[in-house]
Amino acid sequence: MSFMQFIFDNPWIGVLLFIILSPFVGGIIFGLDRIITARMQGRVGPPVLQPIYDILKLFEKEKMVVHESQNFWIFGYLVFIIITGALFFAGSDILLVIFALTLAHVFLILGAFSSGSPYAHIGAERELIQLMAVEPMIIIAAVGFYEVTKSFNTSDIITFADPLILTLPGIFIGCIYILTVKLRKSPFDISTSHHAHQELVKGLNTEFAGSTLAMVELAHLYETVFLLGFLFLFFGMAAPIVGIIVIAIIYLIEIFVDNATARVKWGFMFKSCWVITAVVGVLNLMALYII
Amino acid sequence: MAYITKSPWIIHYDASSCNGCDIEVLACLTPLYDIERFGIINTGNPKHADVFLVTGGVNEQNKPVIKNIYDQMPKPNVVVAIGVCALTGGVFHDCYNLAGGVDKLIPVDVYVPGCAARPEAIIDGVVKALGILEKKREDMKNTGGK
Amino acid sequence: MESIIFLILFPLFAGLLMLVLPNNGLRDTIVKAAAVVTCLGSIYLLFEYFGRGQVFFSIESALIDPIIVAAELAIGLFIIGISVKHKKYLITVLAALQLLIMGYTEIVFQPTHMSGYDLFIDEFSLIMALIIGIIGSLICVYATGYMRDYQSHHKDTPDNRPLFFFLMFLFLSAMFGIVFSNNIMWLFLFWEITTLCSFLLIAYARDEVSWKNGFWALLLNTVGGVAFAGAIFFVNAYSTGNDIYLNELLKASPGVALVAAAFIGFAGLTKSAQLPFSSWLVGAMVAPTPVSALLHSSTMVKAGVYVIVRFAPVFEGNLVGITFAVIGALTFLVASGIAISQSNAKKVLAYSTIANLGLVVACAGIGTEEAVWAAILLIIFHAVAKSLLFLSVGSVEHKKHSRDIEDMGGLIATMPKIALMMLIGMAGMFLAPFGMLISKWASIHAFVNAMPPFGMLLIAIIAYGSGMTVFFWTKWMGRLIEVKSESNPLKEEASGAEMSAIYSLGGLTVFACLLFPLISSTMIEPYINTVYNTASHLLSLNNMLIMLMMIVLVILLPLSLSHFAKGRTLKPQYMGGRATGDDLRFLGSMGIMKETEFSNYYFDDIFGEEKLNKIGNWMTILLLVVLFILISLFLPLEVVM
Repeated sequence: MSFMQFIFDNPWIGVLLFIILSPFVGGIIFGLDRIITARMQGRVGPPVLQPIYDILKLFEKEKMVVHESQNFWIFGYLVFIIITGALFFAGSDILLVIFALTLAHVFLILGAFSSGSPYAHIGAERELIQLMAVEPMIIIAAVGFYEVTKSFNTSDIITFADPLILTLPGIFIGCIYILTVKLRKSPFDISTSHHAHQELVKGLNTEFAGSTLAMVELAHLYETVFLLGFLFLFFGMAAPIVGIIVIAIIYLIEIFVDNATARVKWGFMFKSCWVITAVVGVLNLMALYII
Repeated sequence: MAYITKSPWIIHYDASSCNGCDIEVLACLTPLYDIERFGIINTGNPKHADVFLVTGGVNEQNKPVIKNIYDQMPKPNVVVAIGVCALTGGVFHDCYNLAGGVDKLIPVDVYVPGCAARPEAIIDGVVKALGILEKKREDMKNTGGK
Repeated sequence: MESIIFLILFPLFAGLLMLVLPNNGLRDTIVKAAAVVTCLGSIYLLFEYFGRGQVFFSIESALIDPIIVAAELAIGLFIIGISVKHKKYLITVLAALQLLIMGYTEIVFQPTHMSGYDLFIDEFSLIMALIIGIIGSLICVYATGYMRDYQSHHKDTPDNRPLFFFLMFLFLSAMFGIVFSNNIMWLFLFWEITTLCSFLLIAYARDEVSWKNGFWALLLNTVGGVAFAGAIFFVNAYSTGNDIYLNELLKASPGVALVAAAFIGFAGLTKSAQLPFSSWLVGAMVAPTPVSALLHSSTMVKAGVYVIVRFAPVFEGNLVGITFAVIGALTFLVASGIAISQSNAKKVLAYSTIANLGLVVACAGIGTEEAVWAAILLIIFHAVAKSLLFLSVGSVEHKKHSRDIEDMGGLIATMPKIALMMLIGMAGMFLAPFGMLISKWASIHAFVNAMPPFGMLLIAIIAYGSGMTVFFWTKWMGRLIEVKSESNPLKEEASGAEMSAIYSLGGLTVFACLLFPLISSTMIEPYINTVYNTASHLLSLNNMLIMLMMIVLVILLPLSLSHFAKGRTLKPQYMGGRATGDDLRFLGSMGIMKETEFSNYYFDDIFGEEKLNKIGNWMTILLLVVLFILISLFLPLEVVM
């Protein structure tokens, strides 16, 4: 507890750790992801650090763009994903964190729109639908945290005496459902995906090359670390080991689902996210009032 | 060591091939050969790709497409021509409608013969291409150009 | 007090001058001068009354009462007359009913204005006055350039510009009157003047569509007017004479205050185009753009929510307030949904306005300190950003001859200056860290503490609505920056008057975001502390610093453009290997050149206007029935004579 106390008294430490360590942590998580996926498919898979090699390679390539403004938008995306994670790990207001995340994604979408390419256009529209689909659940999660801990601040939520999953099980399930969308895993990888040969070429990422794509991938690493951290809030310092184990298991399940399912139509993704949010999210909130 | 050799992404184009070589290329991605061990991913997007695998004899309709895809690949990149049709036109060498080889349109770095080329030969060819890719990357860095 | 009276009367007289000047050039100059004077007047007011809290004034003149009665009578008779002429008899009946109620009240209860303070000013009025004075003036300046273009485009529309500008400035007078009135009967007069101006300005083109929409607006606003008149009658009949004064009324017992608040709140719902009354605002988009910008987004509709926010302390913690809040929240949800399915730019802006006003009503209905704080912030930021968007869309329409979003593709290349201002305006409407987002953040904070379990319901509604707003704004922004191939910018995007107004509003949007902590601590928080008798700080230092940091980052981010413009290789888009020509034309099969067209998603089957309106209207009508039942529980059974 004293280590955490030290972190909270000096939020800058948490921020710095996040900014410096996330590419490696995220890279290793993605590397393990690819290796486990490969093993599930009977293959060997790449080296663990492969995602990091990919990003470094992309920075070495020729700087090719469709319009010069593209990199501005993607840079904005990267900056604000880092800010989202930084605010989160510094213990600030979780609503501000969520809105910063939305801002970052809007930058990404605008970057794809700005290229004026048909594949990127449809990818961007679908990414926007994804954003609209997951937003209610995230806000309801934040409100659920407030209802139990009486604070919107991440530092208070994580140090709450009881594991929040006991009082917010519905919201937890909802968050896992949308985690699939956020991690760009099948069946909800409708705007772009790490699998080869999409229906839209690379969808959202079609017109991003070289350093632009590197920034997108790097931001995805930061975002994954943030998302897993968000899930950790449901366990917090009250049950940290259990939390890490559960999150690891959930990630394994995500990989399994990714390999075992086909992509659904965007209409289904959108409607199912909203319905799940309404059922588990809102019911959980109402239940909190009654109990 | 340039990272480009640790993470070469390929784009594969069928220029009027009979699909024999194409099936062998895709076989490299299967568990039996698994080129993802080398960090190779098959992206369908030239803007993301480093290695251009071309098969087939190249007819009139393929010509602008091959040039367009090659043009849209950021440097440094390499081209690997796979199968005899892509090298010289193969058995279709004298046909009026075929260009007779990819190197008639774009510079080719590695030639992988065979009809159909075996996956082992294709992987050999790609590994050779990686060496050339590294050299090209060094040249790019030295001339300071991007 | 003189500056307040000046602000109320000066625009009226300036307007009369404009009415009689036939020369367009001279009149345009007078408009610009009057706009500058009004703007400076409201800024002067800021300096004069800054930090002084609530200040009350009374007018010592026996002439005022008859003048006000005469003015109301005149307006009422005019409405009756014109509605009869156009055979809109329902309006005639309602207007006559309104006159009857007011007449009965005047004759039987003889309220005199001498028993209290008729005018007042506090921080909230000051904020509203600044909005009216600065934004209103900018819009009038814009209108000089815009209307010149409008008349040359619409050759068959009679040139009624003298009347147009008179009505615009009369409207400004009336708005100042509304925010400075402590006497609700005076407020009502100014309220009616705005209804009248709105009606005549919507019908400016004098063609069938305009008259139809104008009368529909008049009808729904008169319904509100009848409710307002009912409130005045009620206060006079069931309470002491002093309660016609707002400051007294807010302190009165629930039997009086809550009932009055409910009736006046109902009038506010009609004025602010909340469900089920929102159709008039959508229809009002046929009016020329300055009208849409001034009346139907930044000021007149704000008058409706202004009165509801004034009554927020009365609404706090009871079911009547909650009913208003749910009506507001539902409006927010439904209107945001409909905005997704609209491709007509002005309709998107109209529905977005309705949605944001719904959020304000929801905050006011909850009535806690945090909620009112959020509501006032929403009012400020919405006024600035939405007027900017309306003016930009108006100028774009003149050049592109279309107000469809689908025709605005690649605007950043063809009309870069206006497109940039539009991007700022849209960002201001929904993106962190701009103002509207801060207000939404504040409203969520306010709702979690509201009367359970209704707070949860409101949060759920806000959560879904928020996702919808992100969708339709980002979709539009994407359209603006989607450049298929290089094109040349237009030499002149809009007249000098239009551009100066648009630039100023763009600057104001950014400025207001940077200054919002200052505005909050020096004006909004003191107002709330006075009204709620507390001394709390509603924005923690930490959060404020985070928001400011984000704003500064977003402002500095465009500097990176200079770095990213260097050393890039430009290549065309990937079109499956096909070479492309101009505008992404590509060689298709059979050797035919094909066009590439993009379009946005509109989800007509999910978010269709008719379907959602029907659902929303029925639910809110039901809520209004609930409201009336609740009110009847509070109605005292005796009459105080």
